Amino acid sequence: MKILIVDDFSTMRRIIKNLLRDLGFTNTDEADDGNTALPMLRSGKYDFLVTDWNMPGMSGFDLLKEVRADESLKTLPILMVTAEAKRDQIVAAAQAGVNGYVVKPFTAAVLKEKIEKIFERIQ
Amino acid sequence: MSDSKKNPQGLDQEVMEKLRVQANALAEQVNAGDYGQAMALINDLGEVRDQSLYREVGRLTRSLHEAIRNFQVDPRNAEQQEALSMMTDASDRLEYVVQMTGQAANRTMDLVENAMPRAHAMRDEAAALRDEWQRLRRREMQPAEFRELYGRIDTFFVTLTQDADTIYENLSEILLAQDYQDLTGQVIQKVTTLVKEVEDHLLNLVVMASHVDQLTGTVHDIESNDVSAEQGVGPQMNAEEREDVVAGQDDVDDLLSSLGF
Repeated sequence: MKILIVDDFSTMRRIIKNLLRDLGFTNTDEADDGNTALPMLRSGKYDFLVTDWNMPGMSGFDLLKEVRADESLKTLPILMVTAEAKRDQIVAAAQAGVNGYVVKPFTAAVLKEKIEKIFERIQ
Repeated sequence: MSDSKKNPQGLDQEVMEKLRVQANALAEQVNAGDYGQAMALINDLGEVRDQSLYREVGRLTRSLHEAIRNFQVDPRNAEQQEALSMMTDASDRLEYVVQMTGQAANRTMDLVENAMPRAHAMRDEAAALRDEWQRLRRREMQPAEFRELYGRIDTFFVTLTQDADTIYENLSEILLAQDYQDLTGQVIQKVTTLVKEVEDHLLNLVVMASHVDQLTGTVHDIESNDVSAEQGVGPQMNAEEREDVVAGQDDVDDLLSSLGF
């Protein structure tokens, strides 16, 4: 299970990386925005994408749309972990095909629950 | 969408009175068919407008100077301008907050990442020793095995003490790493005060400028600069009191399940 973590703050990437490691996912890479993440996703054979929304460069929402529009990536499970809390945004993310949505600040238990739920659905 | 709202107090009383008198006179002349006199009155009206305009522009310029002085920027000296600018100082202060919070977060995570495997190892070794201990109590252990267990327990006690000390030290350092809250809190309060001051000054300038707009009849078609929600707008304040914002993960889950997720 190879996971890409996309967030512009290195501390948040580190927190998510640690939580994922506790859940048994040790194979993780990091990117700081959509522009960096997209080429990595296209060449890196990732199984799961965890992304923030608000980032300089390409936002997580645009990354979500790019991934869904890409023939080779469109089935990639995506979990959004973000401070974006407007109802319209959550609806837009759902319509764009996000698999899970976690609002910051979040707990380890919530992250675990959402990730497990996503994998349950896929299998 | 536009700030063309007319402020009746925007024009000087004197100017308004002149306008009223001359407009009435103009209407009279036109009705009487005296176009030459009417044209002269239109000229006079223009002058009243121009004079008020110059006066308002003058006030606006003075206010701008005042505002710039209040920001402690000396526009005649580029070096001082940089050094004295409170705005630059505010940016530096906020940069300091980002640095401090970043350092504290990383320091805390270093210590946590150092402590976690120790706690794990302690737990694993304690569980393994408990199983061995049970075997000993059930008298299932050979003397050679017992001698090995004897040494292992000895080692465990030593590492247990050391690891517990390290974890305690890490926790106490994590506690200290939270001191950034005090320092950054003070800095942010100062910047908040500055922002408030700047807002007040800008508001005064806007009021001044609106007088000029009224005299020239300028209507601004200001584009709405709502930040695109697609790019992301960051954390929302007072989420509990707002309808358009979720208050937490439970709200997100409810919303998504209402959409069939």
